[in-house]
Amino acid sequence: MDKMSQLLKLLEKTDYIEINEFRMDFEELELQIMPAMQRVVQQAVTKQAAIQETIKTMEAIDFVPPIKDYPGEVAQVQLGAGSRKPVYLGGQQALYRFEEPQPNPPVVTFDVFDIPMPGLPRPIREHFSDVMEHPGDWAKKAVKDFGANVVTIHLIGTGPKVMDKTPRQAAEDIEEVLQAVDVPLVIGGSGDPQKDPVVLEAAAIAAEDERCLLASANLDLDYKRVAKAAVDYNHAVLSWAITDINMQKTLNKYLMKEGLTQKDIVMDPTTCALGYGIEFSIDVITRTRLAALKGDKDLQMPMSSGTTNAWGSREAWMKNDAWGPTDYRGPIWEIFTGLTMMLCGVDIFMMLHPQSVQILSEIGSTFTKEYLTTDVPDISNWITELE
Amino acid sequence: MQVTAMDIYRLLPQTNCEDCDEAACGEASCMAFATKLSEKEAQLELCTEISSEGFAKLESLLAPAVREITIGNGDKTTTIGGDEVLYRYELTYYNPTSLVIDVSDNLSDAEFTERVKVIEETEFERIGEMLTLDAIALRNASGDAGKFAEAALKLKKAKLPLVLCSFDSGAMKAALEKVGDERPLIYAVNESNLEEMAALALEYNCPVAIFSPNDLEKMKQMSRVLREKGIEDIVLDPGTFVEEGIGDSLDNFVMIRRLAVEEQDEDFRFPILGIPALTWLYEKDEIQGGIREATIAATLMNKYADMLIFHGTNIWELIPVLTLRQGIYTDPRKPQAVDAGLYEFGDLDKDSPILMTTNFALTFYTVEGDIKGKTNAYLLVLDTEGRAVDVSLAGGQLNAEAVADLIKETGIEDKVETRTLIIPGLAAPVSGEIEDESGWEVLVGPRDSSGVPDFLDKLKEKS
Repeated sequence: MDKMSQLLKLLEKTDYIEINEFRMDFEELELQIMPAMQRVVQQAVTKQAAIQETIKTMEAIDFVPPIKDYPGEVAQVQLGAGSRKPVYLGGQQALYRFEEPQPNPPVVTFDVFDIPMPGLPRPIREHFSDVMEHPGDWAKKAVKDFGANVVTIHLIGTGPKVMDKTPRQAAEDIEEVLQAVDVPLVIGGSGDPQKDPVVLEAAAIAAEDERCLLASANLDLDYKRVAKAAVDYNHAVLSWAITDINMQKTLNKYLMKEGLTQKDIVMDPTTCALGYGIEFSIDVITRTRLAALKGDKDLQMPMSSGTTNAWGSREAWMKNDAWGPTDYRGPIWEIFTGLTMMLCGVDIFMMLHPQSVQILSEIGSTFTKEYLTTDVPDISNWITELE
Repeated sequence: MQVTAMDIYRLLPQTNCEDCDEAACGEASCMAFATKLSEKEAQLELCTEISSEGFAKLESLLAPAVREITIGNGDKTTTIGGDEVLYRYELTYYNPTSLVIDVSDNLSDAEFTERVKVIEETEFERIGEMLTLDAIALRNASGDAGKFAEAALKLKKAKLPLVLCSFDSGAMKAALEKVGDERPLIYAVNESNLEEMAALALEYNCPVAIFSPNDLEKMKQMSRVLREKGIEDIVLDPGTFVEEGIGDSLDNFVMIRRLAVEEQDEDFRFPILGIPALTWLYEKDEIQGGIREATIAATLMNKYADMLIFHGTNIWELIPVLTLRQGIYTDPRKPQAVDAGLYEFGDLDKDSPILMTTNFALTFYTVEGDIKGKTNAYLLVLDTEGRAVDVSLAGGQLNAEAVADLIKETGIEDKVETRTLIIPGLAAPVSGEIEDESGWEVLVGPRDSSGVPDFLDKLKEKS
């Protein structure tokens, strides 16, 4: 075969030729298009026509976003007043941001305790070991170093089997934290059903008009006393039911009979940790939010998650070489638990680890933006760009 | 939308198989069979009386809102899609999210072999179930068709099905020439390669993914074109934006699934693919990257991702992902419970210790794992309707009376002379009441059952 035929043979299955560093000197040039070349051109023309046809079909298809109307809406609850910088929870009128962005980003609160809490997992203790003797310092660190916009002070020390601190001592702890930070507070008891209402009442008086969230009212304790303290001293109440939507409805109704309104109640439908029943919480929280948007007035309140429950899971804290270091497992366990609740509609998260708080806040902040208004990077070459 | 049993019954032969001793479907009546079909607990093929026309109608009626697609063949498969509902409490989610790890075609031989081995061997046991990864995504990182094909050939020996990742149809063709008979997922069609990739999908009869980042209109158009060419197995990738753009990714995932389930939009009735691996385009630190990649995976898995491609292989990153998947894909209609009653571990006699726990499957298997082979004990399992210790305590299923009844019903008092019950640490608040109700002495055990063997050893030393 002569050189030209060889070249054309090579070109038989070629659409185009790229010639690098090519230089040619000539006075007169005559090009002869050979039959094989013509076939290539012909194929290219046919292919172009097919692509044109495809593009034409494609242009005829419209996309309509599946947006819905909801008859109900979630009440907006204000936390923080007086000397506090307020934050707002709830206020949603739709399920997803492509329908309507959320009016308020989800809020993350840092857990702080009135005693040094020797039982806290190491990955958390190491961030706070220098401030654990003083709840005020602890709260300040959470706000200053880790950007908390709410702090939860758990009055664990009031527990009869813990330190049996008096309601008066609890009130002093609250005053210390109020002095130390200017963010709103969530005030938690020790979990003792006899003592909690008394302790929360004392705390409510100490924080009069600062609009704290009293945690919690539930059916196992004197919820009327907690509700009255909130009404009398201008606070909101956390209404806590155990993964049961009917129990939640009942409790909310009872609380509203005591003079609280939708704008004074935050619900805690119970957060079961990742791997420890998280699917029960997914179902209850999803159903609660849907019910609110469909118009159920007894469930139209924002929701809270005790995300720290995640640290109770053995995969979060247990040393086990086959599972890798708890320094990473722990935060992921907390992030997953909170994130899953967030995606089902929870508005405020009680959390422990600085990195968990940071990542959850970042994702939560995107919820208030409109669909396709964020600058996103070009990922069209990810297959080769990824290392 | 879920099809009702009545919709199905109308299309069944309604013969109730009266002339036969036993109906082929194994049900007492056509209505019972229709109910099973509506709950996806029976196969239409079991009915021997149905006409071919009726079969075709029912088959299309029963087709899930999201098409079920199998990648791979033989003993190397992963199945995705098949969902009917937006919320798991309405029915259940089918086919757990397929977890895939990428391998690039420019690794050295040794690195390549090692990475594939890690993927194949990753496992984590939970609640009596071994959790593992599902597929390998071969990435044409080199941009070289020859290298891509060569790497694909090496994966023929791997134990998992394949996803072939390249936007270059020439490279895809080269790889399919090596492994096209194994039904890999072709990733991916985009606007510029649509014709060629579609031809390859048809030629090799492989499922194919559409890549249309942040553009659902274009995605719908490409899906329509592929469907019109006769391609049925399609996977949708609307782009995974791992930083601030994650909000857009979430919106896209939700819109696609809502269009499939509620609008029955034929162009979107396909499984969705997310790529948390994109985290590593921006994050180079192995730990930060691992935490963030897992976070993106959790975000998308919670909102309908049927398949996820990862880059990280650290076990601490994958354990939470595997655990979340296990939770989301349990069947909410069935309590995760074991039988209540008496369980025996090791060599027992009349002085053996007696422990108590609840019948929540996770609680039971955790306790079992902590004591089996490590200590000798009786274990009383209380029916708490599948609730954990703290939850059943709060909900009232774990109460003194129930525990006293359990002691009587199991006949444990005939087997042992001891009258001491060890209850979980979390059940401490009811210890006094149990003593009063049962007449037994109650000891509060450790909060976590991993402490039980130590607890029992110390108890023995004391006595």
